[in-house]
This record gives sequence, C-alpha cells and structure tokens, in this order.
Amino acid sequence: MSCAEIFADYALRSIGIGERLLPRDNFTLCHQVVLIGSGLLWNIYFGTLALLSGFFLATAIALGKASKTPAFRLPATWFIFVFRGSPLFIQFFFAYFLFLSLKQILPVFAPFTAAWLGALTVLFLNTAAYSAEIFYGALLSVPKGDLDAADAFGFSGWRKFRRITWPTMLRLAWPAYTNEAIFLFHATTLVYFSGFPAWQQRGDALYYARYFADKTFNPFVPYPILAAYFVLLTLVIIAIFGRMNTRLNRHLPQDTHPKRPRMTMMR
Amino acid sequence: MICYLTTGKHMAIYTAVATVLILLAVTAPTALAFGFAGAMAARARFIPLQWLGRAYIAIVRGVPDIAFFLFFVIALDQGFEWLRHKWSCPDWDQPIRQGNDFVVCDAAKLPLNSAPQWIHESYGFALAVLTFAIVFGAFAANVLFGAMRAVPKAQLETAAAYGMTQRQTFWRILVPQMWVFALPGLSNLWMVLIKATPLLFLLGIEDIVYWAQELGGTKNPRFTDYPHPDWRMWYFLALLVFYLGFTWVSERVLDRIMLRLTRGQATLGGDAQRTAA
Amino acid sequence: MKTILITTAALALTAGTAFAGGHSVVRLGTEGAYPPYNFINDAGEVDGFERELGDELCARAELECTWVTNDWDSIIPNLVSGNYDAIIAGMSVTDERDEVIDFTTNYTQPDPSVYLAMDGMDLDVSAGVIAAQSNTIQSAYIASSGATLVEFATPEETISAVRNGEADAVLADRAYLLPIADESADLSFAGESVFIGGGVGMGIRESDTDLRDAFSAAIDSMKADGSLNALIAKWEIGEGF
Repeated sequence: MSCAEIFADYALRSIGIGERLLPRDNFTLCHQVVLIGSGLLWNIYFGTLALLSGFFLATAIALGKASKTPAFRLPATWFIFVFRGSPLFIQFFFAYFLFLSLKQILPVFAPFTAAWLGALTVLFLNTAAYSAEIFYGALLSVPKGDLDAADAFGFSGWRKFRRITWPTMLRLAWPAYTNEAIFLFHATTLVYFSGFPAWQQRGDALYYARYFADKTFNPFVPYPILAAYFVLLTLVIIAIFGRMNTRLNRHLPQDTHPKRPRMTMMR
Repeated sequence: MICYLTTGKHMAIYTAVATVLILLAVTAPTALAFGFAGAMAARARFIPLQWLGRAYIAIVRGVPDIAFFLFFVIALDQGFEWLRHKWSCPDWDQPIRQGNDFVVCDAAKLPLNSAPQWIHESYGFALAVLTFAIVFGAFAANVLFGAMRAVPKAQLETAAAYGMTQRQTFWRILVPQMWVFALPGLSNLWMVLIKATPLLFLLGIEDIVYWAQELGGTKNPRFTDYPHPDWRMWYFLALLVFYLGFTWVSERVLDRIMLRLTRGQATLGGDAQRTAA
Repeated sequence: MKTILITTAALALTAGTAFAGGHSVVRLGTEGAYPPYNFINDAGEVDGFERELGDELCARAELECTWVTNDWDSIIPNLVSGNYDAIIAGMSVTDERDEVIDFTTNYTQPDPSVYLAMDGMDLDVSAGVIAAQSNTIQSAYIASSGATLVEFATPEETISAVRNGEADAVLADRAYLLPIADESADLSFAGESVFIGGGVGMGIRESDTDLRDAFSAAIDSMKADGSLNALIAKWEIGEGF
C-alpha cells in the first residue's frame, strides 16, 4: 500500500471518514504519521474552540474579580481558584460524572457525555479561569495616566472600556496569554487519555500514538512523531499570536524597544 | 468506617502523599538548576551553545508533558545503562540490541537486579525527578531568560562603568536582580508542577491519583475484607480538597516571598513599599 | 523505572547458586489491578492467582523472585528494556506479542471473553454499543465486529458505562467479569462468549531462553501433579488442564 493510499484512507479517520478499521499489522511509518496527524485534528478543534470561547468568559471574569461589588468579585475569585487550583485530570473526572448524572434528569445534557462537547466545556471553563487570572493581572497594571486621559477626553462607561481599558489590558496580557494558549493545546491530549471515552476509535493524536505504541510495543516511534507534531503546532501558535501582538502594539513607537513583556503566567 | 481507611492498601496512599510532596520538594530546585543552565546557554556568546539552549527550550516546551513522559523515562534509563555498560563491561561481545531486547551485562544494570528494593525505588524516584526537572527546566529557562532581559540595562552599564568584568556583572548585578522579575513566572510554574503530579504514574511513581482510582474502584468481597461499590467520587473529592489546599498555601507563601524580594527594588512595587514605609 | 517493588522477595529454595540464565534475582512484573489474576490485597501486597502461581513456580525452578508492579500500557516495553525479567499479568499469548517477546507454555486454558449487560437487555452484539478497555484484544475485536465500540481508560469505567446506560454491554475476560456478575444483582452475562486470545503465559525477553525454559518446565511439572488445576479451581480462572 502506498503512502498516498494510506493518506486517502486514514487522513480523516479521527472524524469517522475513510477506512473503518484501523490498520492491524505491517505498520509503516506512513501509517503512524498519517493517523497521528489525523488525531491532531481533534486537538486543534478542542484547543481553538476552547480558546475562542474562553476568551470572552475570561474577560468577564477578570472584570468580575476586579470589581468592587462582592456579588461579582467573590464568585469570580472562587471560579478562578477552583479551576486553577486543581489538576485537569480531576476536573475531567468530575465533569464526566456530573454530565452523566444530569443526563439522567435532563435529556438536553446527552451530548455532554461525549468528548466533542463535554470535554470542550471543561477545557473552555479551565482556560477561561487561567486567562481570567492573566487578564486580571493586566487590568491592574493598566497605567493610571491612560485612564485619566480617557476621562479628560470625555470617554466614559462602555466606550472607555472598549477603546482604552480593554486594548491596553490585552496588550499587557498578550505574552502570558500566548503561553496559556500553548498550554491549552497541550492539555487537549488529556481528553481521551483519562477523561472521556473514545467512540469508534475516533480519538486525538495521543490516542492514536498509544494505539501504535500498544500494537508495536515500541514507544520510540509513535511518541516522538506526536512530539514533533506538537512542536510544529506550538510554532504555529507562537507565529499567530506574535502577529496579533504586533497588531496590538502597532500604535506604539517601534524604534525604542517596546518594553519586553514578562512571561508571567503559565500553566 | 475507620477500618476502611487504615488497611495496608490505604497506607500506600498516605505514603504516596509523602512521596508526591518529597518529589515536588526535590524537583523544584533541580528544575530551577536546569532552567538556569538553559537560560545561561540561551544567552551565551558561543553560538553552538546558544543554539543548544534555545533548542532545548523550544522543543521541550513545545511537547505536551504526557507525550514526553510516555517514552522519555525508558529512553533515559536505557541511556544510563548503556553508558554504564560501556564503562564496566568493555569486553562484552554480544550486541546490546538483540531484536527488540535491550540487553546489557548484569554489572551494568541500573540498579543491579539483586539490589534491595529500596534502591530500585530510589532509582525510579530519581529518574522521575530528573524527567520532571528536564521538562519543567525548559519552562523555567524560558522564564529566567525573560527575567534576565528585564533587568534594566542601566544597571548593567553602570556595573561596566565601575570596571566590573562580564562575569562579575552577571553574578553580582544581573542574577540578584533578576529574581524579582522571574518570580511571577516561577510561581506559576510551581503551580503547574503541582498539578502535573497526576502524571507521575506514567513515570512509575504510584501517585495519589493512581491510588485514589485504585482504592475508590468497586471492591468485590471475594478479594477484600472491606468491599464497597464505586467510591471514586469521594476519593477524588478528597484529592480536590488536597490540591486546592496545597495551592492556597503555596499562593500565600509565594506572595510573602514576592513582598520580600520587591524590597528595595527599582520597580513599581518597590517604590510603593518605600512610600508606604 | 516504572517499577515499584511492593512486596518482599518470594520464598526461594535457592541452595546458593541455582540461577537460570545468570539471574541472581528474578524480577516478576505484574499489573496489580486485574483480579482474580493479580491485585493488591488489603495489606498492600500483590495477591491473586498469579501471585500464588509465581511463588510456586519460582520455588520449583529454584529461583529467587521479587514482585514488581507496572502500568499495563508499558508492561512490554519495560520488559524488553530489562527493568524486570518476566511478565506474569494475565497476558494472553497472541501472535502480535509473540513477535516481540517470548512466552512460556500457557498456564491457563484460553479464557473466553464474555459480554456483561444489564438484566433483561436484549443484546445485539453486532450492532449495539459495546464498551471495552482501550487497547485490549477485546477492543480490537469489537472494532472489527461491526458493533459501536466505546473505549474507556480503566476496566472499572467500562462496568459503570453499562450501569449508567452509556453502553449496552461490556466485553472482557470471563475470569474478570465473573466475580462482578456474581456480586451485582442488576448485571448478567448476555450473548455468546467469544474466544479471542490464547491461553495466558508468562512473557519473557526473547534473549532470555534459559529463563523461559526454566519457567516452562516448572509450569509443566505443576500441570503434571495437578497443583496448577487446584490453583485454577481455587481462584475460578476457568477450565483446568
């Protein structure tokens, strides 16, 4: 079987398109590269959607934590503490348990016991908590002068937030937020590893890497392939976030080295 | 009820708590050492060393820790045994790789097959610490690298003006001042390290999550005097409390250290302390 | 390495230097999470059918043995890497495994895999949703049978999946499911049993032929005098020899 055929059969296997049965014997390097790459689609799916949706919740929670009203501040603080203070391993366990119980009561929750929605929800809440802490830290460091200037220009309320506070906060938080994005993508490998069941052998990159490690009894081929994929993915994330960073900072004078933001938050 | 929690098997989970705590205590300074070496390499003038440092940071940071743990320990172990084999059995004539087997002479086994159990355990523990340290060392290196660049240039220029050598400037000016910039990142790393402990079982350390899963699972009366249904929920709840508590304590301690480090620094926090005093 | 010694050395009748293949101490690797084959008892020690069997085999082969537990996923890589000398962990002899390691003669008859479902479930084994532990011979079997396979990380979760309706049935070794079926009023065997694996044998490195032969001889002697059958009956492992 040529590599092109293998690619046609298995490139989309992780989402159920192509050959139904996984290869059983005569594993070639091509099999491993194609299938593990196919699984990577799930990692990208989980990571991207959780990051995008988590971004908005994180902004809201960061504002909540910075709020003077205890009704906003306390829940936000606790949310961040619980999700940042416990291993994802345990969060997945409880989430699966919870979704199963909810499913018995309300049928609406049925899809949540599947990874595509259930695990996504957990990752969404998890990354929201981590990002919120980063945004909160950045919010506190927004220069007072910027806000005074906004007042002087007659900005207030929503407009002040939208035009001044929020962009400055993002600019300050960006390097740490990049780290969070990297960690989130790495964390997606836990989904099928411990948390949620894999249906019809549709799993993520780690799932297929383990499949090959189990079949060939040789961990030194599939896991390095997986590692290489993730190094590439990480480079892509860094490139994309770097672009956005340039955009966020485009109004600043470029010749004087913009103060190199510190790597403050990571998971 | 109390009998359930005091079986010999439960003693294992209590030991595991101690193991995890000791491992964290040993890993943190080791990882910091790796991080320091990595950061120094990354900013070295000698180009190959600089590449080495940067490659270490980029590659190890880019790989999910699970993926790394799944093959790296075995590789590390084989690497050590191979070195020892070359050293202690120079006249061994058989190949080391026989088909799938990795065969070294008996004297090169790490630890020796006949070694008492505690040596085997300690060796496994040491390998786990080393693997953790290599992974988290890369993150620490990244943080320290950033921190070294964050130290105001003027400080270093002043040192040079005073006639300090490169080396003196590095150790007497840069290193003492970088910690305050590194601490937020390092604290975060510590929190991450705590939460990576459920992966310890991949490294052969039976950690608390492993035991919670094992002890909480349904126990059939045929194999135990203390049967019970699926209690994993409660064991995991206990773990949740443990991790949250540990995080809470860590946060308090790290806040104190930060306060202490900020004292007298030319930063916003340091200024605030000065005006408050 | 991925090996943690749990128990003390097995009793060994070594009269000094009766080693097989130059092993002064033979390290036996097991999983410790698969009753009745092997599990950790209340005292925190490896126990079960294979514990008794292994101790007896070591005594007969005049070897000094120690027990080591290792995670199932990496049990073969750690054997070939030399972190222990034999696997005795309810491992069925399969062609795939036999290519990588050697097996002693089997010490159990091929154990059928059976389906366990909720009472009164009308199970369709070729179209229903069947749970299995990931990366087992059963999961591979279900994948090719046409049924919808759902894989969980631990055997415990496969049983809960049946209870909470996520899966119609679970497919696993009969010896593993039997005590569970006996103790649970709501679960019972369904459908027909299938033979997937061969019998269970000890896994030994391919380069370690002396050790393999020593254990095979000990197993044969236990088969011959009926003591193996007595152990199989005691732990309800299945058919005797």
